[in-house]
Amino acid sequence: MFKQVEGSRAVAEAVAACRPEVICAYPISPQTHIVEGLSRIVKEGKLGTCEFVNVESEFAAMSVAIGASATGARTYTATASQGLLYMVEAVYNASGLGLPIVMTVANRAIGAPINIWNDHSDSMSQRDSGWIQIFAETNQEAADLHVQAFRIAEELSLPVMVCMDGFILTHASERVDIPEQEQVDSFLKPYVPRQVLDPANPVSIGAMVGPEAFTEVRYMAHMKTLSALELIPQVAKDFEEIFHRDSGGLIRGYHCEGAETVVIALGSVLGTIKDVIDEQRENGVSIGALGIISYRPFPFDAVRAALKDAKRVVIIEKALSVGIGGVVAQDIRHALSGLEIHQYTVIAGLGGRPITKASLDDLFNKAVVDDIRGLTFLDLDQELVDAEMKREAGQS
Amino acid sequence: MGDLCRSQVYRELVSVSLGEETTLVFQVRIHGRGGQGVVTAAELLAQAAFDEGRHAQAFPSFGSERTGAPVVAFCRIADKEIRVREPIMAPDAVIVQDETLLRAVDVFAGLQSTGYVLINSMRTFDELGLGEYAAVGDRFITVPATQLAMQHLGRPVPNAVLLGAFAALTKVVSLKSVNDAIRDRFSAKLADGNCAAATAAYEFVAQQLEGSARV
Amino acid sequence: MSTTPVKFYQVGSFAVGNRLLPAAAGSVQSDMERTNALTSGHRACQGCGEALGARYAMDAAMRAANDQVIAVNATGCLEVFSTPYPESSWRIAWLHSLFGNAPAVATGVAAALRAKGRTEVRVIGQGGDGATVDIGFGPLSGMFERNDDVLYICYDNEAYMNTGVQRSGATPAAARTATTQAVGPEPGNVFGQGKNVPRIAMAHEIPYVATATVADLRDLEAKVARAMEFRGARYLHVLVPCPLGWGSQSCDTVKIARLATQSGLFPVFEAERGEVVSSTPIRQRVQVEEYLKLQGRYSHLFSPKRRDDVIDKLQAAADRNIKRYNLLPEEEGDL
Repeated sequence: MFKQVEGSRAVAEAVAACRPEVICAYPISPQTHIVEGLSRIVKEGKLGTCEFVNVESEFAAMSVAIGASATGARTYTATASQGLLYMVEAVYNASGLGLPIVMTVANRAIGAPINIWNDHSDSMSQRDSGWIQIFAETNQEAADLHVQAFRIAEELSLPVMVCMDGFILTHASERVDIPEQEQVDSFLKPYVPRQVLDPANPVSIGAMVGPEAFTEVRYMAHMKTLSALELIPQVAKDFEEIFHRDSGGLIRGYHCEGAETVVIALGSVLGTIKDVIDEQRENGVSIGALGIISYRPFPFDAVRAALKDAKRVVIIEKALSVGIGGVVAQDIRHALSGLEIHQYTVIAGLGGRPITKASLDDLFNKAVVDDIRGLTFLDLDQELVDAEMKREAGQS
Repeated sequence: MGDLCRSQVYRELVSVSLGEETTLVFQVRIHGRGGQGVVTAAELLAQAAFDEGRHAQAFPSFGSERTGAPVVAFCRIADKEIRVREPIMAPDAVIVQDETLLRAVDVFAGLQSTGYVLINSMRTFDELGLGEYAAVGDRFITVPATQLAMQHLGRPVPNAVLLGAFAALTKVVSLKSVNDAIRDRFSAKLADGNCAAATAAYEFVAQQLEGSARV
Repeated sequence: MSTTPVKFYQVGSFAVGNRLLPAAAGSVQSDMERTNALTSGHRACQGCGEALGARYAMDAAMRAANDQVIAVNATGCLEVFSTPYPESSWRIAWLHSLFGNAPAVATGVAAALRAKGRTEVRVIGQGGDGATVDIGFGPLSGMFERNDDVLYICYDNEAYMNTGVQRSGATPAAARTATTQAVGPEPGNVFGQGKNVPRIAMAHEIPYVATATVADLRDLEAKVARAMEFRGARYLHVLVPCPLGWGSQSCDTVKIARLATQSGLFPVFEAERGEVVSSTPIRQRVQVEEYLKLQGRYSHLFSPKRRDDVIDKLQAAADRNIKRYNLLPEEEGDL
């Protein structure tokens, strides 16, 4: 049903429709409206016997989720930024134990300096954690990806992180087709755990694995994650059959085919990028965009296939690998290795700085004639930087 | 404060025709102070547009949430999916919920040459020292929204009230849609008061426009 | 004919149960049908107090819960020596997650069981002092505050033993550990105010809090059974000597635990909703020195020079416990 609703609310309703059994969360901006929404839904009795646990930290949130999921309950939590970092030990534990927990990460910058606004550094910090990471472009996709996430997680027995831009999506009110209960019920079957804590059939979960077997355990996790490259598109296809819209999948091209220049990005900035692409194309520029939805596992083959005929790619990154440059850029470089494609990395939107059409337009104008550097910081206030450096030099 | 003539203004002309599908977006920027329901206003406006079968996007500019601090919220209305997410820098309409902001914030920044301005104030544009804007005609109006709110609602909360005025001024949404959105959002008692005040504001503006109607 | 009440002591080898008692009154361990939750083959040290305590506690929990128990274990000696992949000594449903989150994971298990309407299955969280008093303290308090239906058992050997005997928040004053060495003018652990988790648990006003030791295993079993009669958050703190870390003989584990209680250094009591409801009186009081001198971690208090100043302070702490918990009721006020 179509509603004009805040992104957080859309996600809360979508998650509720997935019939979670245990929800545990610790509040952190900008995820708060999601968990508040779910708390209300549970308290009103709309989710039957679902347990909503108010935990004392994010580390506790993921830990409670681990216990619940291992006991066979469909489990959900949400966090962002500092909270994600605080639970990292448990994040790795969850994927190592193969627990199909679904977690929303309302993408937010990581401090210091403390900053509550959007960028991708939080999710990016966990790209090696063994979680599947999928990025929503719109609030519609955010709602839909949660439904798909439970399915992906439970089929693989791996946890899934649904990433949505904090504030930009979570706090934006948009027109969203909230998944209906009947639709979700036909898409998502009850959770059947791969292994479960049950006194009737006792097992020991979480043994210590020594050098003689650890590599094999990790190899199998690797292979399982790679198998998601086939499962994710399949799930998106099944989703479309029931919900009649395109959501999810590995990548999504926009006038990518035959484009000389392709702009690559993750998440909500793709919307603004598409508007600029349209205007540029009207002026005869050969330019398109490629959105990456499944960031982990990274769809190397699909990306390579989509970009192989491009002359150049411009990667808009909302995260910074300090001292190196882009994060996604490294994956793109790997995907395109051996191909003669210029690669430009643009660090943009850090700490919530708006990415404007005007700035992108200017950027693309320069990019298409190769008049930008390999690494650019969009809208950098060079004067401020220079003044600061002068001040620091004066102090020493 | 900024002189409209000197402000950076995109020179595209924006027109809105009610009832006709266009590929254009109507952008509204709402200024107020924390605690005045600025974000709610943007969301109500979006809801009103949604009820009329249109696409709408409403979001706050995410500053620190202190009561009394200047806050801005945005609302885009269009007939097809709105993809862009940047803050609204070239608004077609500016709503100012708190007139003290006129001295503190450049509320008119980027305003389209055909843009509307709606200010919550008991004074006229002249009295506010903005006479040169008012000269533009019937797109600039002040409404005593706080007073109307006190009258119909018993509280000095002007946000929903101003939407009634907005409906009359721009005709981008109807008063009915505004009132429906209000009813959807607030409890019955609050909704009653807000709808009454919004309607009063609508009539206030309609009267003013009639009075200054040009041939 | 007058009768004389006879007290049954555990005497001699402290054999499990008492063959003169009717079967129903016997210990869990004497029961042929016991779960043997922690079965043989694990890699604990000879004389490990924790292995002893965990076996007794878990079998008692299983009996009290009609074999419907899920256990959550923190990282530590117990977890490491019981589950070296591909083997496991546990014959019950068992989960190990991390070092600092056992109480929270147990909360999650309990929440799932509640959501599924399977509250006949009981949840035990267990960990050493490190996992409970230090790194898991936040989650423990959270679990208490929410009154989650979990019995949490802390096996306290007073240091981070599994990693090489480093000091924890439970390490007693003056004790030698790898990070509080017996060197310098103030050898061993500092004299702080300690971190009394049983009392902290009581401050949370949870339904049941108790302490026990491996010197009185019947009492340990009884306390587990008692704890299982309650719903909500419950806490059991068990003193388990560690021959390796304490520098004691593996054959002295039970004896040392007894000396801890009989000196007053480790008070044995029960509390409900923040009020002490019972304490086990000291039967044969000993001076703390009797307890200390069996342990290498206190050897610096005796050699090369006797440290009476330190021993006196430890004695004062023991005296305080005796008074506080009324451990010598006949000797009112006489210390």
